[in-house]
Amino acid sequence: MTAPIKDFAKRSNGYRAAKWSEPVVMQMTGTGRRGVVFEDAPAPALPGKSARKAAPALPEVTEHDALRHYLHLSQMTLGMMGISLFGTCTMKYNPRIGERASLDHLRGLHPLQEAETLQGVLEMYDNFSDFLCEVSGMDQFVFQAGGGADAAYTHACVTRAYHASRGELQQRDQIITTIQTHPCSPATANTAGFEVITLSLEENGYPSIEQLKSVVGPRTAALMVNNPDDMGIYNPDIKEWVRIVHEAGGLCFYDHANFNGVMTRLRARELGFDACMYMLHKTFGAPKGGGGPAVGAYGCAEHLVPFLPGPVVVKDGGSYRLDADRPQSIGRVREFWGNAPQVLKAYAWARAMGAEGLREAADISVLSNNYMDWRLAQVRGVSRSNPGIDAPRMEMTRHSVEQVTEETGCSIFDISMRMTDFGIDALWLSHEPFLVPEPFTPEAGELWSKEDIDYWIDVLEHVIGEAYADPEIVKTAPHNAAIHQLTSALDEPDVWATTWRAYERKHRKQMAAE
Amino acid sequence: MKPHPWMANSGGTAKQEMLAALGASSVEALFAQIPEDHYMKGPLDLPPQLSSEVALARHLDDMMGRNTVFPAGSCFRGAGAWPHYVPAICDEVVGRYEWQTSVFGAPTSDHGRNQAWFEFTSQIGALVEMDFVGLPVYSWGCAVGHAVRMASRITGRRKVVVPQVMDPERRMVLETYCEPTEMARHIEIVTVALGPDGCVDRDDLRAKIEGAAALYIETPGYLGVIDADPGELCDIARAAGAEAIVGVDPLSLGLLEAPGAYGATIAVGPTQPLGVHMYAGGGVGGFIASPDEERYAREYNTLNVSISQTREAGEFGFGLALFHQSSYGMRDEGKDWTGNSVYLWALANAAYMSAMGPEGFAEVGRLIMARARAAAEALNALEGVSVDLTQPVFKEFVARFDKAVPQVNASLRAAGILGGKDLTGEPGIEGNAALFCVTEVHTQTDIDRLVQAVKEAIA
Repeated sequence: MTAPIKDFAKRSNGYRAAKWSEPVVMQMTGTGRRGVVFEDAPAPALPGKSARKAAPALPEVTEHDALRHYLHLSQMTLGMMGISLFGTCTMKYNPRIGERASLDHLRGLHPLQEAETLQGVLEMYDNFSDFLCEVSGMDQFVFQAGGGADAAYTHACVTRAYHASRGELQQRDQIITTIQTHPCSPATANTAGFEVITLSLEENGYPSIEQLKSVVGPRTAALMVNNPDDMGIYNPDIKEWVRIVHEAGGLCFYDHANFNGVMTRLRARELGFDACMYMLHKTFGAPKGGGGPAVGAYGCAEHLVPFLPGPVVVKDGGSYRLDADRPQSIGRVREFWGNAPQVLKAYAWARAMGAEGLREAADISVLSNNYMDWRLAQVRGVSRSNPGIDAPRMEMTRHSVEQVTEETGCSIFDISMRMTDFGIDALWLSHEPFLVPEPFTPEAGELWSKEDIDYWIDVLEHVIGEAYADPEIVKTAPHNAAIHQLTSALDEPDVWATTWRAYERKHRKQMAAE
Repeated sequence: MKPHPWMANSGGTAKQEMLAALGASSVEALFAQIPEDHYMKGPLDLPPQLSSEVALARHLDDMMGRNTVFPAGSCFRGAGAWPHYVPAICDEVVGRYEWQTSVFGAPTSDHGRNQAWFEFTSQIGALVEMDFVGLPVYSWGCAVGHAVRMASRITGRRKVVVPQVMDPERRMVLETYCEPTEMARHIEIVTVALGPDGCVDRDDLRAKIEGAAALYIETPGYLGVIDADPGELCDIARAAGAEAIVGVDPLSLGLLEAPGAYGATIAVGPTQPLGVHMYAGGGVGGFIASPDEERYAREYNTLNVSISQTREAGEFGFGLALFHQSSYGMRDEGKDWTGNSVYLWALANAAYMSAMGPEGFAEVGRLIMARARAAAEALNALEGVSVDLTQPVFKEFVARFDKAVPQVNASLRAAGILGGKDLTGEPGIEGNAALFCVTEVHTQTDIDRLVQAVKEAIA
């Protein structure tokens, strides 16, 4: 637990990020040192021009140096080591038991092993599919998608196959979404070849039924939406939306990215949806890894099961097999049958929670968010999105520091950077486009204690106080991090360098000067 | 219910304090936005809660105990996930709670992870000799798919030429990315034949390449064969105005020429060989690299991390470049889509490549080729098995059997060996054939044991 801000502010030696002077590993060259060695073998005869002429310009370090370098870098990563309430990502404890189990049991398995040698992992897949079917009302889950966006893409591909099977794919070339739906839905729909129609928000905080009706028609292939959205607004018309889209012949996909607050209360299938997606690395406790490996668990009702990507785990009596003989399947969105370690970690999390734990987590996440709303309403210059809507929000809420920015010149970026000086990882602001100016979107979830949440708000309050009293300290933050603010224009072609090779080529002069 | 070890506010008085602050009588009142008829009809019927770690661990161990794990030296199967040695430091690095649990943060707050990402892209760049490398995508097949779509956007063309013999898993992923024929933006997949030497037939390629957005080839190919002059194939593609996309095994690049050195315009490949376990397929990842020209850079769907200066003279930081062109910036107008990928594995890859160094890559390449050759020769010497020893191969090779492969593999399994992948019936494969994978983890003793077991299997 982090010390209360009042104590922190009194003491001069509060949070300081670890700081090691680690060169870029590409600078650790030319030493003749080795980190891994192998037995000698004769140089093979390589055909034609296939042999490499110049050795790759890689580091030459000892095993200890390589390990030390990367451990130092891990120590210079704040992440969840302080407090992170990164909205939409549902920051949870990532239980170490799942980590150990996947190393112990899964690391040596080959995905193309015969099913008779994979009975344990296939049973786990089948059990977890059953678990998620009970939670969602769907009939089958698959885990091939390598993330939430990949599950949205899976849905776009399933949509193609479903309409193609009915001879309607050429006619149904539009997918409908909303501006508050995660960008992955419109992006994957477009990548899959559909035209995307994006509905805009109206005064209730969501698009009206009339707006939906104005775009639904014979060209409608699918609706892809989330609910609640990441402003914490729940669309109460969603059942009617699904009815309207179904009536026109389209499919309905529920992006359950924001599932934490409605777990054990809503079932996607009972609301009429044909398919849904859970992010196992968010809602179901598997680690995020800074961006995967992740799993978008994709579930659907019976009429879409034939189109699922294969192979699908099937239970035959007391044993399990991988069914690859599925003529209507979309094929693959990714090789093999998914990130098994992440599925195992999520399964372990789900079993440790059980129905009562899921209910408790949903309750706490909504309660904590409303508690945050109540406290943030008392912080100078902070306002809430959709100010006309008084109903309690779900598990997260969009807020704004627009007034602080107007009065002090400190933007939400500046404030977020300054908050990291107190051990709070950078805030999640909002997806683009910013519908709310100077936005930020915390999500308390069920992991963090009330003291952690209070500390987080105390820090925000303290930093906003600094913005009014001494804006420079906010604008020049961070001051306690491993490094200082970046200054290069990284979208300029003569500046960006995504490899050390590019850096050396573009910036050699400057390097010489240093 | 006991306070749950993973939920701080499930114990003590926190819930009551928060409710009191809100003036709410119960948590239920906070769900007022949800209409009554949306609530689920009955209570959830789920298996009993296992909140005790000892009970949960036992459950997982019991269930996972029903798998058969083949020790590294007994696994001779590759084809998209390969049994390579994972240095212990790689597990230590990816196991670090700091970045394993991190989400994104900022270049300053999560500096260490961002630097490690840049070291991943930089070392891939050094191996393939290309200046622009994105953060990894889900898999090699996904990298091929995105690269082909990049090429299609760059050239405005809708055709890709691929080898007739291609890993079916990767090929199926590519088909998904190229869209069905009903879609207006469908990309046509055309195959080019392989010659008797196992390499792309040059004449057939010249006949098929016109109007293509890209040629996609692999060296070593799906069946392990090394092309003697992949630069010639790239030349043919570029002369026709197509992008030359080359798939490479990064572990081969200590010996084999870098694609950037022979005229490839986009390089892709798998990242699992670089310090990641197979994990039943959960270890896969893919990279995309190209020259650092706007023509390519502005078409990447990946997150791209660039080195940067900071307010402190001489200090490095690492931030995102070209973020706006992603779907996060432009939604459906972005480049394909961007989301969670396999960034944790990129940290294992970075540690692996730096510990290997230039000499490690050369050494492991020689060892893999020597062991694969030894296994190929020994199998070929058996009555009822043949291997084409005239084809130079890296790591994988085809063995043809008189007997059906499933029967051979069943016998091998009984002997504790995971045999080659059954190729029987795949495009371009005649008769009974299996793809064997031999790497640095296989000793001569392992190979002898394999050969003896095969001998018994076909007797």
